[in-house]
Amino acid sequence: MSAVLAVTEQRGGALRKVSHEVVTGARRLADQLGATVDALVLGAGPVSGSDRLGAFGADKVVTLTGAGLGAYAPEGYARAIADRVKAGGYAAVLFAASATGKDLAPRVAAKLSVGLAADVTDVAAEGGAVIASRPVYAGKAILKVKLTGQPALVSLRPNVFTPVERPKAGAAETAAVSVAPGRVTVKDVKAATGSLDVGEAPVVISGGRGLKEPANFKLLEDLAKAFGGRAAVGASRAVVDAGWRPHADQVGQTGKTVSPTLYIAVGISGAIQHLAGMRTSKVIVAINKDKDAPIFKVADYGVVGDLFEIVPRLSEEIAKLHA
Amino acid sequence: MRNAALRIAVCIKRVADSETRVRIAADGRSLDEAGVKFILNPYDEFAVEEALQRKEKAGAGEVVVLALGGPAAQETIRTALAMGADRGILLQTDRVPADGLETAKALAAELKAGGPWDLVLFGKIAIDDYNHQVGPMVAELLDLPCVTAAAHLDLADGNGTAEREIEGGVEVVEFPLPAVITADKGLNEPRYPALKGIMAAKKKPLEVKPISPGAGGVEVLAMTPPPERKEGRIVGEGAGAVPELLRILREEAKVL
Ligand SMILES: Cc1cc2nc3c(=O)[nH]c(=O)nc-3n(C[C@H](O)[C@H](O)[C@H](O)COP(=O)(O)OP(=O)(O)OC[C@H]3O[C@@H](n4cnc5c(N)ncnc54)[C@H](O)[C@@H]3O)c2cc1C
Ligand SMILES: Nc1ncnc2c1ncn2[C@@H]1O[C@H](COP(=O)(O)O)[C@@H](O)[C@H]1O
Repeated sequence: MSAVLAVTEQRGGALRKVSHEVVTGARRLADQLGATVDALVLGAGPVSGSDRLGAFGADKVVTLTGAGLGAYAPEGYARAIADRVKAGGYAAVLFAASATGKDLAPRVAAKLSVGLAADVTDVAAEGGAVIASRPVYAGKAILKVKLTGQPALVSLRPNVFTPVERPKAGAAETAAVSVAPGRVTVKDVKAATGSLDVGEAPVVISGGRGLKEPANFKLLEDLAKAFGGRAAVGASRAVVDAGWRPHADQVGQTGKTVSPTLYIAVGISGAIQHLAGMRTSKVIVAINKDKDAPIFKVADYGVVGDLFEIVPRLSEEIAKLHA
Repeated sequence: MRNAALRIAVCIKRVADSETRVRIAADGRSLDEAGVKFILNPYDEFAVEEALQRKEKAGAGEVVVLALGGPAAQETIRTALAMGADRGILLQTDRVPADGLETAKALAAELKAGGPWDLVLFGKIAIDDYNHQVGPMVAELLDLPCVTAAAHLDLADGNGTAEREIEGGVEVVEFPLPAVITADKGLNEPRYPALKGIMAAKKKPLEVKPISPGAGGVEVLAMTPPPERKEGRIVGEGAGAVPELLRILREEAKVL
C-alpha cells in the first residue's frame, strides 16, 4: 500500500500547531489515494505532542532524531527528509507553507528532482494523480495543477486545512539519524514582542490608515485581548510604511498571507494588494466609515461608521461573551 | 571577501503588475495578456538593488542580470540595466515552465557556465506564480548555501549574516560565501532608474540565448477566477450595529 508523508514542524522540542493541519491534509489525500499516512517528526530528541498525531490521522509517527535536528537548519533537514522519502517510496509528501516549510520544501524537491506545488489551498487525488489548487496573481486566479512526478510534493497554506481529530492512535517508530552539519546555521531567534503571529492566529484584527495615529492601535490590541489570546493584530502596508507597525504584522501581497477563521479589517480601504493577503479568510468583517470602500466587496459582514465608536463597543461585547 | 571585486548574478523575472485586472485566456489555463502591464518582479528589485550596493561598496565587480522568458523580457532586463547592472542575459523561450524546478535547472546551468559568483541573488517570490521556490532550488542544484527571504544582510571576510522573518520572530542566520540569497521586502530601498541610467542601459550588453526548457512535473489543468465570496452585507451603521454583528457571527457564521 502506498503512503503519504506529512512533514511536521517543531520549535524548541514542541510540535507546532500547523503540524496538525499538515497531517489532516495528508489524511484527506491518503483516503482518496487509498494510502496510509506517515507523520514525520524531526528533533534532537523526543518531540512533545508527536504522540497525539495519530488523532489527526497519522497511521504511523516516524521520529528522526539527531544532534543536527534540534533547531531548524535547512541543509540537514532537507537531506534527512529527502533520504527518508527515498527510502519510504512515498506517493506524496506534504509540508506546511510556513516560513520553515517555504524554505525547506523547494530544497527537498530539488534533491528528489520532482515538481512542487506551493502554498496550496486544496489538494485531492484524481485517477490516482495528485491535483492541487493554488492562488496566483495575488489571489485573482486559482491555478489547478497536476503533479506528474513521484512523489508529488505539496505545501499547504496555513489555516486552510482545519484540523480534524479522530479517536485513533498511530503507531510510533523512532530512528536515529546522523546529520552532517550544514553551512547555513541559525545563530539566534529574536522573538517578536507580540505573542501570536498574524499568519497563524485564528482571529486577525487589522488596522489601516483610518486609525489616524500609531497610539490608536491600542484600540485593536484591546479588542484582540477581548478574544482571550486567540487574536493577533495585523496592519495594512500604509501604516507599516509609515512606521506605525512592524513589517511582521503586514497583511497583503508584500506582507503575510493569512487565512484566519475571522478577519476584521478596521479603517482599511481594501486595496487589491491588501486583499491578496486575506481573501481566503473564512469570515471577513469590515469596519469603515466610507460605505463605498472596496473592502465591503469582499467582506461577509460590514459595519459602516466611525471606528473610534464601533471598536470600543465591540471589545466590550466580545469581552462579555468570554467573561 | 576573498577578492575585492565582487561578481554577483541576479535572477529577474518579468511579471504582470499586481494592479492588473486578471482575465483568463481562451485556453482556460493562462492569463490573457492583452492590455496587461508587465513589470520587473518587485522582490527582484530588492535583489538588484542589493547587488548594486554590494558592488558599489566593494568598489569593483560586475552585476549580471539573468532572466528566463519571452522576447519581451528584454525590457525587464533593460530596467535592471538602467538601475545600474552591467550586463544582461536572456534565456529565451516562449514557454515559461509551470514547474519551478525546470526554471531553476535552466538558470542553474547558465549560472554554472558563467560562474564562479560571490553571490547569486533572487526575489523570495514571483508575484505572478507565487511559487517561492526557484532560488533555493538553484542553490541545491549548484550546491551553494542558501538563505531565503532575507530582510537584512551583512557580509564580511567571506562570511554572511542574514535575518529572516519567521512566525513570531526573526531568525539570525550565518553562512559562508559564495551563497544564494533570496530577497524579502525591507532588505533595502530600490532606486529608480535615472534618465542617465536609462540612456546608458540601451548600450549595455544584452545576450539572448534560445533555450527549450523541459516540460517538468507540474501540468496546468485550469486557471479559474477565485471562488466568489458570497455576497456580503452591511449589518448596520455605527456602534449600534455591534450587537447584531455579534449575533450574526455567533449564530450564522459560527465563528465566536
Ligand atoms: C507593489 C505593491 C505592493 C503592496 N503591498 C501591500 C500589502 O502587502 N499590504 C497592504 O495592505 N497594502 C499593500 N500595498 C498598498 C495598497 O495599494 C494600499 O495603498 C494600502 O493597502 C492602503 O492602506 P489603508 O487601507 O490602510 O489606507 P487607505 O487606503 O488610506 O484607507 C484608509 C481607510 O480608512 C477609512 N477610515 C478613515 N477614517 C476612519 C474612521 N474614523 N472610521 C472608519 N474608517 C475610517 C477610510 O474610509 C479608508 O477606506 C501595495 C501596493 C503596491 C503598489
Ligand atoms: N523566469 C525567470 N527568470 C529569471 N528568474 C526567475 C524566473 N522565475 C523565477 N525567477 C527568480 O526566482 C524568484 C522566485 O520565483 P518563484 O519561485 O517563481 O516565486 C524570483 O523572484 C526570481 O528571482
